[in-house]
Amino acid sequence: MTRAKPSNGNKERTIYVCQGTGCISGKSFEITEALKKAVKEQGLQGVNIDFTGCHGFCEQGPVAIVEPEGIFYAHVTVADVPEIVESHLRDGKPVERLFYKDPVSGEAIPYHKDIKFYSMQQRIVLRNCGRLNPERIEDYMAVGGYESLKKVLKEITPEQVIDEVKRSGLRGRGGAGFPTGTKWEFCHNAVGDQKYMICNADEGDPGAFMDRSTMEGDPHTVIEGMTIAAYAIGASEGYIYIRAEYPLAVKRVRLAIQQAEEKGFLGDKIQGSDFSLHIHVKEGAGAFVCGEETALLASIEGKRGMPRPRPPFPANSGLWGKPTTINNVKSLATVPVIIDKGTEWYASTGTEKSKGTCVFALTGKIANSGLIEVPMGIPLRKIIYEIGGGIPGNKKFKAVQTGGPSGGCLPESFLDQSVDYESLAAAGSMMGSGGMVVMDEETCMVDVARYFLSFTQAESCGKCVPCRIGTKQMLDILERICQGEGRPEDIPLLQQLGEQIKAGSLCGLGQTAPNPVLTTLRYFRDEYEAHINEKRCPALSCTKLISFYILPDKCQGCGICARECPTECIAGGKRMVHVIDQEKCVRCGTCLEVCPERFSAIIKVSAEEVDVPSEPIPVKEKPKAAAA
Amino acid sequence: MIPLAKDNLTKADVQDKLKEIFSHYQGDKQELIPILQETQENFRYVPAAAMREIARFLRMPESTIYGVSTFYAQFKLTPLGKKLIRVCRGTACHVRGASKVLAEVEKQLGIKAGQTSDDLEYTLETVACIGACALAPTMTIDNETYGKMTTKKVAEVLGDTSKAE
Ligand SMILES: Cc1cc2nc3c(=O)[nH]c(=O)nc-3n(C[C@H](O)[C@H](O)[C@H](O)COP(=O)(O)O)c2cc1C
Repeated sequence: MTRAKPSNGNKERTIYVCQGTGCISGKSFEITEALKKAVKEQGLQGVNIDFTGCHGFCEQGPVAIVEPEGIFYAHVTVADVPEIVESHLRDGKPVERLFYKDPVSGEAIPYHKDIKFYSMQQRIVLRNCGRLNPERIEDYMAVGGYESLKKVLKEITPEQVIDEVKRSGLRGRGGAGFPTGTKWEFCHNAVGDQKYMICNADEGDPGAFMDRSTMEGDPHTVIEGMTIAAYAIGASEGYIYIRAEYPLAVKRVRLAIQQAEEKGFLGDKIQGSDFSLHIHVKEGAGAFVCGEETALLASIEGKRGMPRPRPPFPANSGLWGKPTTINNVKSLATVPVIIDKGTEWYASTGTEKSKGTCVFALTGKIANSGLIEVPMGIPLRKIIYEIGGGIPGNKKFKAVQTGGPSGGCLPESFLDQSVDYESLAAAGSMMGSGGMVVMDEETCMVDVARYFLSFTQAESCGKCVPCRIGTKQMLDILERICQGEGRPEDIPLLQQLGEQIKAGSLCGLGQTAPNPVLTTLRYFRDEYEAHINEKRCPALSCTKLISFYILPDKCQGCGICARECPTECIAGGKRMVHVIDQEKCVRCGTCLEVCPERFSAIIKVSAEEVDVPSEPIPVKEKPKAAAA
Repeated sequence: MIPLAKDNLTKADVQDKLKEIFSHYQGDKQELIPILQETQENFRYVPAAAMREIARFLRMPESTIYGVSTFYAQFKLTPLGKKLIRVCRGTACHVRGASKVLAEVEKQLGIKAGQTSDDLEYTLETVACIGACALAPTMTIDNETYGKMTTKKVAEVLGDTSKAE
């Protein structure tokens, strides 16, 4: 394949098809192949077909960008390929029907740079994601890649590197936000013949996928940052610990390591200096707790991934008892930029205590879901309503969940607050790894709390009692509340258990596991009370507490619901008002889904009796005019 | 205690395969997880006989191998079906109706999450998050990811693979 040289002078064009995991599930491999074939058949000159990693806008996938003009195509299919090739690549006429449509205005937007989802972001970690081919080191080098490493090796001492990273204000993006430079200094100063540098790419938080996208879209940035970190602390061996559920990331990182070795950016005597580093990839084996640093170390050593008490901290006694630094993917991906552009440049973005940008996986009930990178301190409202395009289907915003199972649910009143480490923590949540799940009026907050507890309870490694038994007790209580069997004393009990588990657990898993419950108790207590006292689920979501009814004045007796009902609990007949047998109904909601919109005869209620006939009755004839 | 599978692999089958696997390793204790991963890839589970061989190769007690195998969700002690179907239960999938998708898959396959069909065709599992959250709810069949699932799409997606055979 020839390399793309986007220059505006001649008519050379490159179409970059996204090959991140999301777009691949939309058949982007096949799209790439079809494009290659069609371009060849047409005999087009000066047209390159290439691919990139994740663009972040997975919801619109599969996506493709035509450079140099920057035309953005959304929801591309193999069937669209002939039109793209003939109309755009051959005749120069972009295919309008594939343009992105703004969810608010409905306007079609041709250029990548004009799409609000992108234009309001500030990309540092994700700067190259979706912009270059992640499987070619030359592409990374062409945009200045590995220049920071060269500069460091040639003219900066490890102490100076540490000092620069300290002054930049970079804090760890793995969740806790510990200052990266200080962490490196501890390890640099620790005494040991062998030191280790570890990249934590376990990303176990459900609802987060930025580390994956960074590794799939720009693996060299992570390797460059890691190599600079290893130089600063004095490590000659490194490990990247990637979760096994990410096969594509594993593949691209392995390839990148091999390419970096070939170019002399890894291995012995890097770039002719005295510094050597060998990086190994370790695949996780499906245990969330292995993201915790001491558990991760145990897992690399081949043991069960169970945390141990700290101190000693890994900086003094880490892998095989040697001084070790563990950093998150995003923390490391930021380092080359800080070296390149300087500490002042980096520190000029963000708030006083939280510098730089943060990456969020914006998902859930939101129009534009995907990966975003925004300056620290941005108001939440801007993320949700401007970048995210608001809540789809005219639904009302209810909460946003940040920090995954360690974080909390924040209510509408938080929308105008700044998003940074301090303000999220003050609200009872945390930055965590950057999941940001938006919830609307149909999401039940008690169920969300139950969901997270079922996750942490299952993932608790079992070593310490508060986490192992405490989370189980909390989950049991939440389950009975969702089933309508909650008791008034459950609320104070949950509160008390939550605080004790936080205080008594060995590692971060247990210390943060109660957060989803405590924050929902704090901001959405009325929902707990409705479940317990009125046996009512205000979001109409908990199956045990809802019922479906067919409204006699709306039902036209079409019979679709009765045919589709999986438990055959709907009685009816032609032109008869249908009736649901409440005893037999399993509340699956199929009838509501299939009832034709023009009838909208089925309603969902909670703790409410609706007056309907007990047996099917004939449909009342409507006056002619109304029926038309 | 997780029971070990009663399988009909012969000792020789297991030993031959493992000999080949061991040739990629030095015999260091830290190699246990990668060895288990390769074993599982070959047999689609970790047979009891393999644990014995691995214990010998790494000079570790067999109970440690069993302990590590049961700690990590990736390792299975009973054979997986030919197709591994996973329904994602990540947060984004949860709020967008993953439990309905799961119920539909369970209904169509006639097995519950965590089970393998009697004919060893399918294993159904849930997974904490596959990181394709913007396409929620999602499910995977072996290495294929299917996004924006609905109960209606389940039959289509399941049918997709039976046809591909
Ligand atoms: C249960 C648990 C899971 C964690 N998972 C991750 C993870 O997936 N990725 C990560 O980078 N850090 C994770 N952490 C945080 C790590 O322990 C560690 O603080 C982090 O990797 C340090 O990197 P940083 O300084 O660059 O933030 C987890 C912590 C806990 C308690």
